[in-house]
Amino acid sequence: MKIRTKTDLEKIKERGIEILYPKGIKISVGMATCGISTGAQKVYETIQNEVEKSRLPIIINQTGCIGFCQREPVVDILEPGKPRVFYQEVTPEKAMRLVHEWIENRVIKDWLFFKMEDEEWIVDNKFWNYSIKQLPKGLDGAYIYRQIPFYNKQLKIALRNCGFINPDHIEEYIARGGYFPLYKALHEMKPEDIIEEVKRSGLRGRGGAGFPTGQKWESCRRAKGDIKYVLCNADEGDPGAYMDRSVLEGDPHSVIEGMIIGAYAIGAHEGFIYVRDEYPLAIKKLQTAIHQAEEFGLLGEDILGSGFSFKINLFRGGGAFVCGESTALMASIEGKVGEPRAKHIHTTESGLWDRPSNLNNVETWNNIPVIISRGSEWYSKIGTDKSKGTKVFSIVGKVNNTGLIEVPMGITLREIVYEIGGGIPEGKKFKAVQTGGPSGGCIPESLLDLPVDFDRLTEVGSMMGSGGMIVMDESTCMVDVAKYFMNFLKDESCGKCTSCREGTKRMHEILTEITEGRGKLEYLDLLEELGWVTAEASLCALGGTAPNPVLSTLRYFRDEYKEHIINRRCPAKVCRALLKYRILPEACTMCGRCAKVCPADAISGKRKTKKEDGIPFKIDEEKCIKCGMCFESCKFNAIEVQ
Amino acid sequence: MTQSEIDTIIEEHGRKESAILAILQRIQSKENYLPKEDLEYISQKLKIPLTSIFRIATFYNALSLKPRGRHKIDVCLGTACHVRGGGKILEKLERELKISVGETTKDKKFSLESVRCLGCCSLGPVAVIDGQVYGRLTQDKIPSLLKEFK
Repeated sequence: MKIRTKTDLEKIKERGIEILYPKGIKISVGMATCGISTGAQKVYETIQNEVEKSRLPIIINQTGCIGFCQREPVVDILEPGKPRVFYQEVTPEKAMRLVHEWIENRVIKDWLFFKMEDEEWIVDNKFWNYSIKQLPKGLDGAYIYRQIPFYNKQLKIALRNCGFINPDHIEEYIARGGYFPLYKALHEMKPEDIIEEVKRSGLRGRGGAGFPTGQKWESCRRAKGDIKYVLCNADEGDPGAYMDRSVLEGDPHSVIEGMIIGAYAIGAHEGFIYVRDEYPLAIKKLQTAIHQAEEFGLLGEDILGSGFSFKINLFRGGGAFVCGESTALMASIEGKVGEPRAKHIHTTESGLWDRPSNLNNVETWNNIPVIISRGSEWYSKIGTDKSKGTKVFSIVGKVNNTGLIEVPMGITLREIVYEIGGGIPEGKKFKAVQTGGPSGGCIPESLLDLPVDFDRLTEVGSMMGSGGMIVMDESTCMVDVAKYFMNFLKDESCGKCTSCREGTKRMHEILTEITEGRGKLEYLDLLEELGWVTAEASLCALGGTAPNPVLSTLRYFRDEYKEHIINRRCPAKVCRALLKYRILPEACTMCGRCAKVCPADAISGKRKTKKEDGIPFKIDEEKCIKCGMCFESCKFNAIEVQ
Repeated sequence: MTQSEIDTIIEEHGRKESAILAILQRIQSKENYLPKEDLEYISQKLKIPLTSIFRIATFYNALSLKPRGRHKIDVCLGTACHVRGGGKILEKLERELKISVGETTKDKKFSLESVRCLGCCSLGPVAVIDGQVYGRLTQDKIPSLLKEFK
């Protein structure tokens, strides 16, 4: 049934509210990729089977990712009159029990994650209250969602629906305010008004480059040509970043709605979403969402009775990082290899098939409906002077609370790592946080009080980039990190520019020599020179920012490089060629476990048995391949790594 | 693939240049690689030079000109997984399967590839086998994991 009028839309909203908040018990399992990879599928099936078998009056549901990936699988239970209860790290066995306990009006305290008493509907600027009349037993003392340090400082605009709706139900998206901004845009605003609003909001591209979105839309609108395109860059390739994936899997309609509004403002009637090949679940969710939007008349001819027509095509990538670059992405859609071209002429003038094209990142598009609904004045109050709004970050690596967070720009790195991230596990010492993916750099402890936004991190040799934040501790080798990024870039370089193709290769070779104990001090200056040439002479941002990981680690961790070169030592004990594994004879209990797991037969000794004394085990340095299996297998801390 | 099977795929995606990647991915998915004869046929039908098709086949990591195994193992070497020891997991797999990354076992059972960031960074190190994600891996979990596949 096609939605034609606002009344139609409101009827669907009513229906969506009934689905979101049914009269009976509803149990939802987080089934984004992070949930599934920790076993959410089995948890879901267990609950489903139990409900069917015991004929329990329970609705089972799937949602996207609620952000705290460390604690997946997450299951939440909703019943009218009671607080909404979330459980963490749920296994199939736990799932069985907590379902039955709930029926008895009880919760299992130790397994709780948090409870909620209301939900924020940020598009509509209101809170949906659960109207609590009774409390299940065992709930006293449970944290409220907002009290948890991980969620406490977050402001969810882009992640507004993730974990709260079933992405396959368009009605739920509409219930929480979705597609009303589109209605407003098509019926109450002119294209120029929409562009002005986006400009006034201060929204800057969320993919990494941070170009003012309103300005981009305006150039595209003004460009000559009847046929124009809007594109969504969903080729999220920065290792360590998965913000876009979460939005696509958990709230695909938010991107679709943003694109329709943008297309209307710019004057485009066709759009493309370019999704990474490595995101099969996101592709599936998008396919379902696009299909539903078409069924409901939100895509296609005469959208919402406005006379505006627009359709979206889904394009699947082929596993090439460089296709995240705007011109390479467009070349890929055209059926060519993903080689960037020089941007003397911007893609807003001549892009896909030489037509005016507006490309924005997933998160950028997703912000648009909220800006239209709440207004640019509200939006521009969030964030800093030049970086308005919020940003989604992925905090991963050596940090206690890993997952996705969305915070107003201007928050400091220290707040992110320690207050939200919960600090470094096992009491280890913080060493650096890598931001901006392969285009970014490493930021040391001394700079942790820097506010995070588009400009401040660039001043110190890094960048905010797409939002990946990888925390590193004392057991991370910064030379190894530089080598890692250079390896990545050399593999992903399209090869067009000699400076990038050869430069990344040579820098990688030099870094390899340093990590294998063959480095020379003059290599450090050589790295800097090579880095500078690579950046200057390459035409796209891959080559243009390739040296950043090397240069930033050289800037802040030069001593570590020198240690590798002069003393042939890796202080973090990572660089294999420089390590020595040794069994401490005093600590060896002669259990023989290490010899058993050694793939190189490099460990000899005699097991201690009841009948015979053993001989302490010893590693033959010549044969040792330094895989670390003995170290991992020893339960008595008898193996030392030097 | 038979020519008529390829014809069907071409009709589904459209006889246009922009469909080439999708068409090749369909063939890759069914055959586990891109047979030369299939590429020659596509070149004829779509009137795209064979060299252009080879260029595309060698540019995109999702495509391969050599047969891949029945079970594809993608070890994530994204930054977060790397920092959590992803490299060691890859080496353990190389030892167990007796192949290097990028190769296929002699019995064509397994192919081993590395991939940059699957987006499960909280669960690193991660590997995907046949589309199924396995997180929180350690070296000693590998042998039993491999046994699950026929």
